[in-house]
Amino acid sequence: MDRSMTITNAKYNTSSLTNENCSINCVANGQTVSVPLDPDNTYYAEILRQVADGTITIEDAD
Amino acid sequence: MTKARTNASASPAVGRNIVINGAMNVAQRATSVTGIGASATFATVDRWEINTSNTAGRLTMSQTADGPNGISANCIKLDCTTADASIAANEFTQCRTMFEGQNLQRIGKGVAGAQQVTVSFYVKASAIFTFGCELFDKDNNRQITKLFATTTDWVRHEITFPADVDDGSSPFADDNAESLRLIFWLHAGSNFTGGTLNTAAFNNRTDANRAVGISSFYSNTANNFFLTGVQMEVGPVATEFEQEQISTTLSKCQRYYQKQIATGSAFERFGNGFANTTGNFNTIIPMQVPMRATPAIETTGTVGNYGVYHANAVTAATGIAIDGNADGNGKQVGLNIADSNSGFTVGRSGMFIANNTVAAFIALSAEL
Repeated sequence: MDRSMTITNAKYNTSSLTNENCSINCVANGQTVSVPLDPDNTYYAEILRQVADGTITIEDAD
Repeated sequence: MTKARTNASASPAVGRNIVINGAMNVAQRATSVTGIGASATFATVDRWEINTSNTAGRLTMSQTADGPNGISANCIKLDCTTADASIAANEFTQCRTMFEGQNLQRIGKGVAGAQQVTVSFYVKASAIFTFGCELFDKDNNRQITKLFATTTDWVRHEITFPADVDDGSSPFADDNAESLRLIFWLHAGSNFTGGTLNTAAFNNRTDANRAVGISSFYSNTANNFFLTGVQMEVGPVATEFEQEQISTTLSKCQRYYQKQIATGSAFERFGNGFANTTGNFNTIIPMQVPMRATPAIETTGTVGNYGVYHANAVTAATGIAIDGNADGNGKQVGLNIADSNSGFTVGRSGMFIANNTVAAFIALSAEL
């Protein structure tokens, strides 16, 4: 019973230097947020959990 | 002659309160937010989250200048704005704060020599209610809850929780992750109230035993709940509430959340940078204190609230995203500011700013 978080519009961003995925933009509980790919970040941890559950998918970067 | 403290290393005279912002003096996000209840949120007072599930009840959370004299000028006020008298089994509403394991090692939980923990707090309400105060060990899924009653006047409650010395298998991890939650249970359905309250000792989590006997904050729209002066310390004694300089409290809060707002200027400067392509501007947002983990960046959701000031003109942003190439762990966060109209000049420096609105902000979040 952790916090409830509704995540929508998840999409990867790429680094301007390496062109590799480096963050995810999404809306989490109504808050627009750019999330680092760091499992210690609670937004990213929740995104990973919901992807594993099949609740959300993450769109590829442009 | 002064008697030496037997637990001086565990509960020092200064810094004995493990709770951050227990006086409710820092509220970087806002001072009042309405309509809370649909999802968990850090809405107003730093470090204090309303965690909720499946309830139709709604509340307004405010930082209110109505604290008890001599303790704090401020308190959290929760005001029920939508009642929920039909409580489904899986409903709950909590007001809670969380702790990193590395800040809890003085408790010595789960091993020989583990300490008691005493939680004290000042509370009042619009009427007499019974609510629950829980210590929830997230690392090991163990918990204990004690009930307390409110009156219409400020009352300090002092609750001592027993040491958790089990088989030595439940210490707090010594790291920057969440290990413990201090939870005030304000509303719950039978999934959390249907058993026997686990109140004598830490036990492995059984949800039905966590909030047995509590009232419902959502029973009536006349209901209010006020909380401040929250202290958690090692040992069996509730010492007087530890006062703290606002600068110290703010710095502690900024380890988890820090916000730059544009209220001082509709063109507030957030960071310097340069254009690496005609469609992308690289900038860095300096941290005011090192943060717990690499932070996420929160914005208004209206990308046009932001822009890049360069060559004596402002180009409105069409995208804002963390760039993984900057140091995100202790000094700064790198951002890419996009312009889909390719209005930047490669190599030209500039500033990432609010685009003519005081609504703009940049918030860094590394909450537990």
